[in-house]
Amino acid sequence: MIVTPQKVRFAEPLSLSSGAVLPEFEIAYETYGELNAARSNAVLVCHALNASHHVAGTYANDPGNLGWWDNMVGPGKPLDTNRFFVIGNNYIGSCFGSTGPTSINPASGKPWGADFPVVTVEDWVAAQARLADHLGIERFAAVMGGSLGAMQALQWSLSFPARVRNSIVIAATPRLSAQNIAFNEVARQAIMTDPDFHGGHYYEKGVLPVRGLRIARMIGHITYLSDDAMMEKFGRVLRRVTPGFDFNVDFEIESYLRHQGDKFSSYFDANTYLRITKALDYYDPAAAYGGDLSAAFARAQADFLVVSFTSDWRFSSARSREIVRALLDNRRVLSYLEIDAPQGHDAFLLDDARYFGALRAYFGNIAL
Amino acid sequence: MTERETIARWVSLGARVLDLGCGDGALLKHLWQTRQAPGYGVEIDDAKVLECIRNDVNVLQMDLEDGLSVFQDGSFECVILSETLQAIHRQEPLLREMLRVGREAIVSFPNFGYWRARIQIALGGHMPVSKELPYQWYDTPNVHHCTLVDFEALCAKLGLRVLERVVLRDGNPVAVMPNLLGSLAIYRVSA
Repeated sequence: MIVTPQKVRFAEPLSLSSGAVLPEFEIAYETYGELNAARSNAVLVCHALNASHHVAGTYANDPGNLGWWDNMVGPGKPLDTNRFFVIGNNYIGSCFGSTGPTSINPASGKPWGADFPVVTVEDWVAAQARLADHLGIERFAAVMGGSLGAMQALQWSLSFPARVRNSIVIAATPRLSAQNIAFNEVARQAIMTDPDFHGGHYYEKGVLPVRGLRIARMIGHITYLSDDAMMEKFGRVLRRVTPGFDFNVDFEIESYLRHQGDKFSSYFDANTYLRITKALDYYDPAAAYGGDLSAAFARAQADFLVVSFTSDWRFSSARSREIVRALLDNRRVLSYLEIDAPQGHDAFLLDDARYFGALRAYFGNIAL
Repeated sequence: MTERETIARWVSLGARVLDLGCGDGALLKHLWQTRQAPGYGVEIDDAKVLECIRNDVNVLQMDLEDGLSVFQDGSFECVILSETLQAIHRQEPLLREMLRVGREAIVSFPNFGYWRARIQIALGGHMPVSKELPYQWYDTPNVHHCTLVDFEALCAKLGLRVLERVVLRDGNPVAVMPNLLGSLAIYRVSA
Protein backbone atom coordinates (compact mmCIF):
# COMPACT_ATOMS: atom_id res chain seq x y z
CA MET A 1 0.00 0.00 0.00
CA ILE A 2 1.56 3.28 -1.18
CA VAL A 3 0.47 6.26 0.89
CA THR A 4 1.02 10.00 0.80
CA PRO A 5 1.40 12.16 3.88
CA GLN A 6 -0.77 15.27 3.95
CA LYS A 7 -0.92 18.46 5.96
CA VAL A 8 -3.68 20.84 6.86
CA ARG A 9 -3.29 24.32 8.35
CA PHE A 10 -5.76 25.70 10.86
CA ALA A 11 -5.74 29.49 11.07
CA GLU A 12 -8.14 29.60 14.01
CA PRO A 13 -6.21 29.84 17.34
CA LEU A 14 -6.22 26.81 19.65
CA SER A 15 -6.58 27.47 23.39
CA LEU A 16 -4.49 25.01 25.35
CA SER A 17 -4.95 23.47 28.80
CA SER A 18 -2.01 25.50 30.09
CA GLY A 19 -3.77 28.75 29.22
CA ALA A 20 -1.41 29.39 26.32
CA VAL A 21 -2.84 29.88 22.84
CA LEU A 22 -1.45 28.49 19.62
CA PRO A 23 -2.21 31.24 17.11
CA GLU A 24 -2.30 28.75 14.23
CA PHE A 25 -1.19 25.18 13.69
CA GLU A 26 -0.74 22.41 11.18
CA ILE A 27 -1.55 18.72 11.50
CA ALA A 28 0.24 16.09 9.48
CA TYR A 29 -1.92 13.10 8.65
CA GLU A 30 -2.40 10.14 6.34
CA THR A 31 -5.54 8.34 5.27
CA TYR A 32 -6.10 4.76 4.17
CA GLY A 33 -9.21 3.41 2.49
CA GLU A 34 -12.22 5.43 1.37
CA LEU A 35 -14.71 7.44 3.39
CA ASN A 36 -18.13 5.94 2.60
CA ALA A 37 -21.11 8.01 1.47
CA ALA A 38 -22.69 7.96 4.94
CA ARG A 39 -19.33 9.07 6.42
CA SER A 40 -19.80 6.34 9.02
CA ASN A 41 -16.64 4.28 8.52
CA ALA A 42 -13.91 6.62 9.77
CA VAL A 43 -11.41 5.35 12.34
CA LEU A 44 -8.90 7.67 13.97
CA VAL A 45 -5.61 6.03 14.98
CA CYS A 46 -3.61 7.83 17.68
CA HIS A 47 0.08 7.26 18.15
CA ALA A 48 2.25 6.81 21.21
CA LEU A 49 5.45 8.50 22.24
CA ASN A 50 7.82 8.18 19.32
CA ALA A 51 5.56 7.34 16.38
CA SER A 52 3.83 9.53 13.82
CA HIS A 53 0.94 9.86 11.40
CA HIS A 54 2.64 7.20 9.25
CA VAL A 55 0.51 4.33 10.57
CA ALA A 56 0.47 1.99 7.58
CA GLY A 57 1.85 1.43 4.11
CA THR A 58 5.00 2.83 2.55
CA TYR A 59 5.95 5.92 0.57
CA ALA A 60 6.57 5.79 -3.18
CA ASN A 61 9.91 7.54 -2.69
CA ASP A 62 10.82 5.59 0.45
CA PRO A 63 9.62 2.00 0.05
CA GLY A 64 11.45 0.80 3.17
CA ASN A 65 9.57 3.21 5.42
CA LEU A 66 6.76 0.99 6.69
CA GLY A 67 4.05 2.51 8.90
CA TRP A 68 4.41 1.76 12.62
CA TRP A 69 1.15 -0.20 12.86
CA ASP A 70 1.21 -1.72 9.38
CA ASN A 71 0.57 -5.20 10.84
CA MET A 72 -2.74 -3.91 12.27
CA VAL A 73 -3.96 -1.50 9.60
CA GLY A 74 -4.35 -2.15 5.88
CA PRO A 75 -6.31 -4.14 3.32
CA GLY A 76 -7.35 -7.44 4.94
CA LYS A 77 -5.65 -6.51 8.23
CA PRO A 78 -7.52 -6.50 11.57
CA LEU A 79 -8.43 -2.86 10.95
CA ASP A 80 -9.37 -3.49 7.34
CA THR A 81 -8.97 -0.48 5.08
CA ASN A 82 -11.18 -2.18 2.49
CA ARG A 83 -14.01 -1.46 4.90
CA PHE A 84 -12.84 1.44 7.03
CA PHE A 85 -11.48 4.89 6.27
CA VAL A 86 -8.51 5.09 8.61
CA ILE A 87 -6.77 8.32 9.61
CA GLY A 88 -3.31 8.48 11.10
CA ASN A 89 -2.45 11.82 12.66
CA ASN A 90 0.59 13.40 14.23
CA TYR A 91 -0.17 15.27 17.43
CA ILE A 92 0.81 18.88 17.94
CA GLY A 93 4.12 19.34 19.74
CA SER A 94 5.59 16.44 17.80
CA CYS A 95 8.54 16.64 15.44
CA PHE A 96 7.17 14.72 12.46
CA GLY A 97 5.17 17.34 10.64
CA SER A 98 2.50 18.77 12.91
CA THR A 99 3.25 22.09 14.51
CA GLY A 100 5.79 21.65 17.31
CA PRO A 101 8.96 23.06 18.84
CA THR A 102 10.87 22.71 15.56
CA SER A 103 8.21 24.73 13.66
CA ILE A 104 8.57 28.43 13.01
CA ASN A 105 6.97 30.66 15.62
CA PRO A 106 5.02 33.23 13.60
CA ALA A 107 5.72 35.85 16.27
CA SER A 108 9.50 35.61 15.99
CA GLY A 109 10.10 34.05 12.60
CA LYS A 110 12.41 31.56 14.36
CA PRO A 111 11.78 27.98 15.55
CA TRP A 112 9.60 27.86 18.66
CA GLY A 113 12.16 25.77 20.57
CA ALA A 114 11.71 26.17 24.32
CA ASP A 115 8.91 28.69 23.76
CA PHE A 116 6.55 26.07 22.34
CA PRO A 117 3.84 25.58 24.96
CA VAL A 118 3.42 22.42 26.97
CA VAL A 119 0.50 20.52 25.42
CA THR A 120 -1.78 17.89 26.95
CA VAL A 121 -3.75 14.88 25.77
CA GLU A 122 -6.86 17.06 25.92
CA ASP A 123 -5.16 19.60 23.62
CA TRP A 124 -4.27 16.88 21.14
CA VAL A 125 -7.85 15.67 21.05
CA ALA A 126 -9.11 19.21 20.54
CA ALA A 127 -6.70 19.61 17.60
CA GLN A 128 -7.72 16.21 16.19
CA ALA A 129 -11.35 17.35 16.31
CA ARG A 130 -10.39 20.19 13.97
CA LEU A 131 -8.91 17.58 11.64
CA ALA A 132 -12.13 15.56 11.84
CA ASP A 133 -14.13 18.69 10.95
CA HIS A 134 -11.80 19.37 8.05
CA LEU A 135 -12.31 15.81 6.74
CA GLY A 136 -16.08 16.10 7.17
CA ILE A 137 -16.31 13.43 9.85
CA GLU A 138 -18.99 14.16 12.40
CA ARG A 139 -18.70 10.84 14.22
CA PHE A 140 -15.92 8.25 14.22
CA ALA A 141 -16.75 4.57 13.94
CA ALA A 142 -13.80 4.18 16.30
CA VAL A 143 -10.91 6.02 17.87
CA MET A 144 -8.05 3.68 18.62
CA GLY A 145 -4.63 3.82 20.20
CA GLY A 146 -2.04 2.05 22.32
CA SER A 147 -0.19 3.44 25.34
CA LEU A 148 -0.20 7.24 25.01
CA GLY A 149 -2.42 6.70 21.95
CA ALA A 150 -4.88 4.89 24.21
CA MET A 151 -5.08 7.97 26.42
CA GLN A 152 -6.22 9.90 23.36
CA ALA A 153 -8.81 7.22 22.56
CA LEU A 154 -10.09 7.51 26.14
CA GLN A 155 -10.06 11.29 26.04
CA TRP A 156 -12.02 11.38 22.80
CA SER A 157 -14.86 9.58 24.58
CA LEU A 158 -14.78 12.31 27.26
CA SER A 159 -14.09 15.46 25.23
CA PHE A 160 -16.48 14.58 22.39
CA PRO A 161 -18.80 11.83 23.70
CA ALA A 162 -21.19 12.07 20.76
CA ARG A 163 -18.45 11.87 18.15
CA VAL A 164 -17.08 8.41 19.06
CA ARG A 165 -18.99 5.16 18.57
CA ASN A 166 -16.17 2.90 19.76
CA SER A 167 -13.14 3.70 21.86
CA ILE A 168 -10.39 1.09 21.54
CA VAL A 169 -7.99 1.42 24.42
CA ILE A 170 -4.85 -0.74 24.33
CA ALA A 171 -2.04 -1.02 26.92
CA ALA A 172 -3.45 2.00 28.72
CA THR A 173 -3.53 3.62 32.10
CA PRO A 174 -6.04 6.18 33.35
CA ARG A 175 -3.17 8.08 35.00
CA LEU A 176 0.54 7.65 35.45
CA SER A 177 1.81 6.22 38.71
CA ALA A 178 4.51 7.95 40.74
CA GLN A 179 6.94 5.39 39.33
CA ASN A 180 5.89 6.20 35.74
CA ILE A 181 6.41 9.91 36.41
CA ALA A 182 9.75 9.16 38.05
CA PHE A 183 11.04 7.44 34.90
CA ASN A 184 9.84 10.41 32.82
CA GLU A 185 11.60 12.86 35.13
CA VAL A 186 14.90 10.97 34.84
CA ALA A 187 14.52 11.12 31.05
CA ARG A 188 13.83 14.87 31.17
CA GLN A 189 16.77 15.49 33.49
CA ALA A 190 19.03 13.60 31.09
CA ILE A 191 17.95 15.98 28.31
CA MET A 192 17.92 19.22 30.27
CA THR A 193 21.34 18.66 31.86
CA ASP A 194 22.95 17.96 28.50
CA PRO A 195 25.34 20.91 27.91
CA ASP A 196 24.00 21.13 24.35
CA PHE A 197 20.43 21.69 25.54
CA HIS A 198 20.81 25.45 26.06
CA GLY A 199 17.49 25.75 27.83
CA GLY A 200 15.74 24.34 24.78
CA HIS A 201 17.14 26.95 22.36
CA TYR A 202 19.68 24.59 20.82
CA TYR A 203 18.47 25.02 17.22
CA GLU A 204 19.97 28.49 16.97
CA LYS A 205 23.24 27.24 18.51
CA GLY A 206 23.58 24.65 15.78
CA VAL A 207 23.84 21.76 18.25
CA LEU A 208 21.52 19.00 19.50
CA PRO A 209 21.34 17.51 23.01
CA VAL A 210 21.83 14.02 21.60
CA ARG A 211 23.53 12.65 24.72
CA GLY A 212 20.56 13.50 26.88
CA LEU A 213 18.06 12.28 24.33
CA ARG A 214 20.01 9.07 23.96
CA ILE A 215 19.86 8.36 27.69
CA ALA A 216 16.18 9.31 27.80
CA ARG A 217 15.48 6.74 25.11
CA MET A 218 17.52 4.07 26.87
CA ILE A 219 15.51 4.61 30.06
CA GLY A 220 12.27 4.48 28.09
CA HIS A 221 13.26 1.27 26.38
CA ILE A 222 13.84 -0.50 29.67
CA THR A 223 10.24 0.22 30.63
CA TYR A 224 8.85 -1.03 27.31
CA LEU A 225 10.17 -4.56 27.74
CA SER A 226 9.43 -7.09 30.44
CA ASP A 227 12.25 -8.52 32.55
CA ASP A 228 11.55 -11.93 31.01
CA ALA A 229 11.51 -10.60 27.44
CA MET A 230 14.79 -8.80 27.99
CA MET A 231 16.39 -11.87 29.53
CA GLU A 232 15.04 -14.06 26.76
CA LYS A 233 16.30 -11.72 24.05
CA PHE A 234 19.69 -10.75 25.48
CA GLY A 235 20.39 -12.87 28.54
CA ARG A 236 23.88 -12.24 29.84
CA VAL A 237 25.41 -12.76 26.43
CA LEU A 238 28.71 -10.94 25.98
CA ARG A 239 29.59 -8.89 22.93
CA ARG A 240 33.24 -9.78 23.28
CA VAL A 241 34.97 -13.04 24.02
CA THR A 242 35.82 -12.22 27.63
CA PRO A 243 34.84 -9.35 29.94
CA GLY A 244 37.00 -6.31 29.23
CA PHE A 245 37.28 -4.99 32.79
CA ASP A 246 36.66 -1.55 31.31
CA PHE A 247 33.55 0.44 30.43
CA ASN A 248 33.09 -0.45 26.81
CA VAL A 249 30.20 -2.66 25.82
CA ASP A 250 30.37 -6.05 27.53
CA PHE A 251 26.81 -7.27 27.45
CA GLU A 252 24.44 -7.58 24.52
CA ILE A 253 21.80 -5.50 26.33
CA GLU A 254 24.23 -2.59 26.63
CA SER A 255 24.84 -2.72 22.92
CA TYR A 256 21.11 -2.86 22.24
CA LEU A 257 20.32 0.15 24.44
CA ARG A 258 23.16 2.20 22.95
CA HIS A 259 21.94 1.33 19.47
CA GLN A 260 18.36 2.30 20.32
CA GLY A 261 19.58 5.53 21.91
CA ASP A 262 21.76 6.41 18.92
CA LYS A 263 18.99 5.68 16.43
CA PHE A 264 16.37 7.64 18.33
CA SER A 265 18.55 10.68 19.04
CA SER A 266 19.34 10.95 15.33
CA TYR A 267 15.72 11.70 14.39
CA PHE A 268 13.77 12.77 17.47
CA ASP A 269 13.56 16.26 18.91
CA ALA A 270 14.49 16.80 22.56
CA ASN A 271 11.94 19.59 23.10
CA THR A 272 9.25 17.26 21.79
CA TYR A 273 10.38 14.50 24.14
CA LEU A 274 10.10 16.84 27.13
CA ARG A 275 6.60 17.86 26.15
CA ILE A 276 5.32 14.36 25.44
CA THR A 277 6.50 13.06 28.80
CA LYS A 278 4.76 16.02 30.46
CA ALA A 279 1.55 15.25 28.56
CA LEU A 280 1.77 11.72 29.91
CA ASP A 281 2.43 12.91 33.46
CA TYR A 282 -0.45 15.38 33.46
CA TYR A 283 -3.08 13.06 32.01
CA ASP A 284 -5.61 12.26 34.71
CA PRO A 285 -9.27 12.56 33.69
CA ALA A 286 -10.36 11.68 37.22
CA ALA A 287 -8.53 14.65 38.76
CA ALA A 288 -11.40 17.06 38.09
CA TYR A 289 -13.73 14.60 39.89
CA GLY A 290 -11.80 14.26 43.14
CA GLY A 291 -9.99 11.21 41.78
CA ASP A 292 -13.26 9.42 40.97
CA LEU A 293 -12.67 7.83 37.56
CA SER A 294 -16.25 6.52 37.43
CA ALA A 295 -17.57 10.07 37.77
CA ALA A 296 -15.20 11.17 34.99
CA PHE A 297 -16.61 8.55 32.63
CA ALA A 298 -20.24 9.39 33.37
CA ARG A 299 -20.38 11.47 30.20
CA ALA A 300 -18.87 8.80 27.92
CA GLN A 301 -21.28 7.41 25.34
CA ALA A 302 -18.98 5.14 23.34
CA ASP A 303 -18.71 1.39 23.40
CA PHE A 304 -15.30 0.30 24.66
CA LEU A 305 -12.75 -2.38 23.93
CA VAL A 306 -9.95 -2.38 26.51
CA VAL A 307 -6.88 -4.57 26.00
CA SER A 308 -3.97 -5.11 28.38
CA PHE A 309 -0.95 -7.41 28.39
CA THR A 310 -0.07 -9.39 31.51
CA SER A 311 3.70 -8.79 31.24
CA ASP A 312 3.32 -5.01 30.82
CA TRP A 313 4.73 -3.50 34.02
CA ARG A 314 4.81 0.06 32.66
CA PHE A 315 1.01 0.21 32.31
CA SER A 316 0.00 -3.01 34.02
CA SER A 317 -3.27 -4.92 33.61
CA ALA A 318 -4.30 -3.63 37.04
CA ARG A 319 -4.37 -0.12 35.55
CA SER A 320 -6.57 -1.25 32.67
CA ARG A 321 -8.90 -2.89 35.17
CA GLU A 322 -9.32 0.53 36.81
CA ILE A 323 -10.64 1.75 33.47
CA VAL A 324 -12.84 -1.35 33.18
CA ARG A 325 -14.29 -0.75 36.64
CA ALA A 326 -15.09 2.89 35.83
CA LEU A 327 -16.81 1.84 32.59
CA LEU A 328 -18.76 -0.92 34.36
CA ASP A 329 -19.92 1.60 36.95
CA ASN A 330 -21.33 3.60 34.03
CA ARG A 331 -22.86 0.52 32.37
CA ARG A 332 -20.97 1.06 29.15
CA VAL A 333 -20.97 -1.60 26.45
CA LEU A 334 -17.54 -3.02 27.11
CA SER A 335 -15.21 -5.90 26.44
CA TYR A 336 -11.87 -6.38 28.16
CA LEU A 337 -9.03 -8.59 27.02
CA GLU A 338 -6.10 -9.47 29.22
CA ILE A 339 -3.59 -11.04 26.84
CA ASP A 340 -1.03 -13.33 28.42
CA ALA A 341 1.82 -12.08 26.20
CA PRO A 342 5.44 -12.07 27.37
CA GLN A 343 6.85 -8.98 25.65
CA GLY A 344 5.85 -6.25 28.10
CA HIS A 345 4.44 -2.86 27.10
CA ASP A 346 5.66 -3.25 23.51
CA ALA A 347 3.28 -6.22 23.07
CA PHE A 348 0.66 -3.78 21.80
CA LEU A 349 2.69 -3.35 18.60
CA LEU A 350 3.24 -7.05 17.98
CA ASP A 351 1.14 -9.55 16.08
CA ASP A 352 -0.47 -12.01 18.49
CA ALA A 353 -3.23 -14.29 17.20
CA ARG A 354 -5.43 -13.69 20.27
CA TYR A 355 -4.98 -9.91 20.26
CA PHE A 356 -5.22 -9.40 16.51
CA GLY A 357 -8.03 -11.96 16.23
CA ALA A 358 -10.07 -10.06 18.81
CA LEU A 359 -9.46 -6.70 17.10
CA ARG A 360 -10.45 -8.20 13.75
CA ALA A 361 -13.64 -9.63 15.24
CA TYR A 362 -14.45 -6.40 17.06
CA PHE A 363 -14.03 -4.25 13.95
CA GLY A 364 -16.02 -6.83 11.99
CA ASN A 365 -19.00 -6.24 14.29
CA ILE A 366 -18.98 -2.45 13.91
CA ALA A 367 -21.98 -1.69 11.71
CA LEU A 368 -21.36 0.93 9.05
CA MET B 1 -36.69 -28.15 28.57
CA THR B 2 -33.08 -27.10 28.40
CA GLU B 3 -30.87 -25.41 30.95
CA ARG B 4 -30.87 -22.31 28.75
CA GLU B 5 -34.67 -22.15 28.66
CA THR B 6 -34.84 -22.58 32.42
CA ILE B 7 -32.38 -19.77 32.99
CA ALA B 8 -34.10 -17.51 30.46
CA ARG B 9 -37.42 -18.09 32.24
CA TRP B 10 -35.85 -16.95 35.54
CA VAL B 11 -34.31 -13.80 34.08
CA SER B 12 -36.86 -11.00 34.05
CA LEU B 13 -37.27 -8.81 31.00
CA GLY B 14 -34.54 -6.19 30.73
CA ALA B 15 -32.68 -7.50 33.77
CA ARG B 16 -28.97 -6.79 34.02
CA VAL B 17 -27.12 -10.09 34.04
CA LEU B 18 -23.58 -11.22 34.74
CA ASP B 19 -22.58 -14.64 33.38
CA LEU B 20 -19.53 -16.08 35.12
CA GLY B 21 -17.61 -18.58 33.01
CA CYS B 22 -19.66 -17.47 30.02
CA GLY B 23 -17.90 -19.64 27.42
CA ASP B 24 -18.61 -18.42 23.88
CA GLY B 25 -21.32 -16.05 25.10
CA ALA B 26 -24.22 -18.05 23.63
CA LEU B 27 -26.30 -17.79 26.83
CA LEU B 28 -25.79 -14.03 27.06
CA LYS B 29 -26.72 -13.66 23.43
CA HIS B 30 -29.84 -15.75 24.03
CA LEU B 31 -30.79 -13.66 27.08
CA TRP B 32 -30.35 -10.49 25.06
CA GLN B 33 -32.45 -11.81 22.19
CA THR B 34 -35.23 -13.36 24.27
CA ARG B 35 -35.28 -11.23 27.43
CA GLN B 36 -33.65 -7.97 26.23
CA ALA B 37 -31.35 -8.55 29.20
CA PRO B 38 -28.06 -6.69 28.78
CA GLY B 39 -25.03 -7.89 30.58
CA TYR B 40 -21.45 -8.99 30.73
CA GLY B 41 -19.70 -12.32 30.64
CA VAL B 42 -16.55 -13.24 32.49
CA GLU B 43 -14.30 -15.78 30.82
CA ILE B 44 -10.61 -16.62 31.14
CA ASP B 45 -10.03 -18.87 28.13
CA ASP B 46 -8.52 -17.02 25.15
CA ALA B 47 -10.41 -18.97 22.48
CA LYS B 48 -13.76 -18.53 24.24
CA VAL B 49 -13.14 -14.81 24.79
CA LEU B 50 -12.54 -14.47 21.06
CA GLU B 51 -15.82 -16.30 20.36
CA CYS B 52 -17.63 -13.86 22.65
CA ILE B 53 -16.21 -10.90 20.71
CA ARG B 54 -17.30 -12.59 17.46
CA ASN B 55 -20.74 -13.10 18.98
CA ASP B 56 -20.86 -9.39 19.87
CA VAL B 57 -21.21 -10.21 23.54
CA ASN B 58 -19.65 -8.05 26.28
CA VAL B 59 -16.87 -10.16 27.72
CA LEU B 60 -14.32 -9.46 30.43
CA GLN B 61 -11.24 -11.66 30.44
CA MET B 62 -10.66 -12.29 34.12
CA ASP B 63 -10.07 -15.14 36.53
CA LEU B 64 -13.11 -15.89 38.71
CA GLU B 65 -10.77 -17.14 41.40
CA ASP B 66 -9.56 -13.53 41.81
CA GLY B 67 -13.05 -12.48 42.90
CA LEU B 68 -15.49 -9.97 41.46
CA SER B 69 -13.98 -6.78 42.84
CA VAL B 70 -14.42 -4.86 39.57
CA PHE B 71 -18.19 -5.05 40.06
CA GLN B 72 -20.07 -2.78 42.45
CA ASP B 73 -22.47 -4.08 45.09
CA GLY B 74 -25.91 -4.83 43.69
CA SER B 75 -25.02 -3.91 40.12
CA PHE B 76 -26.85 -6.88 38.58
CA GLU B 77 -30.32 -8.33 38.91
CA CYS B 78 -28.97 -11.77 38.25
CA VAL B 79 -25.53 -13.41 38.39
CA ILE B 80 -25.25 -16.73 36.55
CA LEU B 81 -22.77 -19.52 37.19
CA SER B 82 -23.63 -22.12 34.58
CA GLU B 83 -21.88 -25.48 34.89
CA THR B 84 -18.81 -23.74 36.27
CA LEU B 85 -19.23 -24.27 40.03
CA GLN B 86 -17.46 -27.62 39.89
CA ALA B 87 -14.39 -26.07 38.21
CA ILE B 88 -13.89 -23.41 40.89
CA HIS B 89 -11.38 -23.96 43.67
CA ARG B 90 -13.03 -21.81 46.33
CA GLN B 91 -16.82 -21.92 46.02
CA GLU B 92 -17.74 -20.17 49.25
CA PRO B 93 -16.16 -16.77 48.54
CA LEU B 94 -17.42 -16.85 44.96
CA LEU B 95 -21.02 -17.55 45.99
CA ARG B 96 -20.81 -14.72 48.53
CA GLU B 97 -19.38 -12.43 45.87
CA MET B 98 -22.15 -13.39 43.43
CA LEU B 99 -24.76 -12.30 45.92
CA ARG B 100 -22.84 -9.14 46.77
CA VAL B 101 -22.85 -7.93 43.14
CA GLY B 102 -26.24 -9.43 42.23
CA ARG B 103 -29.66 -9.56 43.79
CA GLU B 104 -30.11 -13.19 42.75
CA ALA B 105 -27.83 -15.96 41.57
CA ILE B 106 -28.49 -18.83 39.20
CA VAL B 107 -26.17 -21.78 39.71
CA SER B 108 -26.15 -24.96 37.65
CA PHE B 109 -23.89 -27.98 37.96
CA PRO B 110 -23.71 -31.64 36.96
CA ASN B 111 -25.22 -33.71 39.75
CA PHE B 112 -22.64 -36.12 41.10
CA GLY B 113 -25.44 -37.97 42.88
CA TYR B 114 -27.02 -39.01 39.57
CA TRP B 115 -27.55 -42.76 39.63
CA ARG B 116 -25.31 -43.41 36.62
CA ALA B 117 -22.46 -41.64 38.40
CA ARG B 118 -23.13 -43.62 41.55
CA ILE B 119 -23.13 -46.91 39.64
CA GLN B 120 -19.93 -46.10 37.81
CA ILE B 121 -18.19 -45.59 41.14
CA ALA B 122 -19.97 -48.29 43.14
CA LEU B 123 -19.97 -51.09 40.57
CA GLY B 124 -17.53 -49.96 37.87
CA GLY B 125 -15.06 -48.82 40.50
CA HIS B 126 -14.04 -45.79 38.43
CA MET B 127 -14.77 -42.07 38.34
CA PRO B 128 -17.93 -41.25 36.38
CA VAL B 129 -17.67 -40.28 32.71
CA SER B 130 -20.86 -39.07 31.04
CA LYS B 131 -22.37 -36.46 28.75
CA GLU B 132 -22.32 -33.90 31.57
CA LEU B 133 -18.95 -35.09 32.88
CA PRO B 134 -17.05 -36.01 29.71
CA TYR B 135 -13.58 -35.95 31.29
CA GLN B 136 -11.21 -38.56 32.61
CA TRP B 137 -10.21 -37.93 36.23
CA TYR B 138 -6.69 -36.91 35.21
CA ASP B 139 -7.60 -34.32 32.58
CA THR B 140 -10.72 -32.74 34.04
CA PRO B 141 -11.06 -29.01 34.71
CA ASN B 142 -13.48 -29.99 37.47
CA VAL B 143 -12.09 -29.90 40.96
CA HIS B 144 -15.11 -29.91 43.32
CA HIS B 145 -18.02 -32.14 42.41
CA CYS B 146 -21.17 -32.06 44.45
CA THR B 147 -24.68 -33.42 44.65
CA LEU B 148 -27.98 -31.61 45.18
CA VAL B 149 -27.78 -32.48 48.88
CA ASP B 150 -24.25 -31.08 49.13
CA PHE B 151 -25.12 -27.84 47.36
CA GLU B 152 -28.19 -27.24 49.47
CA ALA B 153 -26.12 -27.84 52.60
CA LEU B 154 -23.61 -25.22 51.39
CA CYS B 155 -26.44 -22.77 50.72
CA ALA B 156 -27.71 -23.36 54.26
CA LYS B 157 -24.23 -22.79 55.67
CA LEU B 158 -23.88 -19.52 53.75
CA GLY B 159 -27.39 -18.43 54.69
CA LEU B 160 -28.58 -18.44 51.07
CA ARG B 161 -32.23 -18.98 50.26
CA VAL B 162 -33.11 -21.42 47.51
CA LEU B 163 -35.90 -19.70 45.57
CA GLU B 164 -36.34 -22.29 42.85
CA ARG B 165 -34.78 -25.53 41.74
CA VAL B 166 -35.02 -27.38 38.44
CA VAL B 167 -33.39 -30.76 37.96
CA LEU B 168 -33.02 -32.14 34.46
CA ARG B 169 -32.16 -35.41 32.79
CA ASP B 170 -31.77 -35.41 29.01
CA GLY B 171 -33.64 -32.12 28.84
CA ASN B 172 -36.59 -33.40 30.88
CA PRO B 173 -37.50 -32.11 34.35
CA VAL B 174 -37.06 -34.66 37.12
CA ALA B 175 -39.59 -34.34 39.93
CA VAL B 176 -39.15 -37.64 41.78
CA MET B 177 -35.91 -38.41 43.62
CA PRO B 178 -34.03 -35.68 41.77
CA ASN B 179 -30.72 -36.31 43.55
CA LEU B 180 -30.76 -39.85 42.17
CA LEU B 181 -32.49 -39.36 38.82
CA GLY B 182 -31.33 -35.91 37.74
CA SER B 183 -28.06 -35.30 35.90
CA LEU B 184 -28.09 -31.49 35.93
CA ALA B 185 -29.24 -29.19 38.72
CA ILE B 186 -30.19 -25.53 38.31
CA TYR B 187 -30.83 -23.33 41.34
CA ARG B 188 -32.07 -19.81 41.77
CA VAL B 189 -30.86 -18.43 45.10
CA SER B 190 -30.78 -15.14 46.95
CA ALA B 191 -29.02 -13.87 50.05
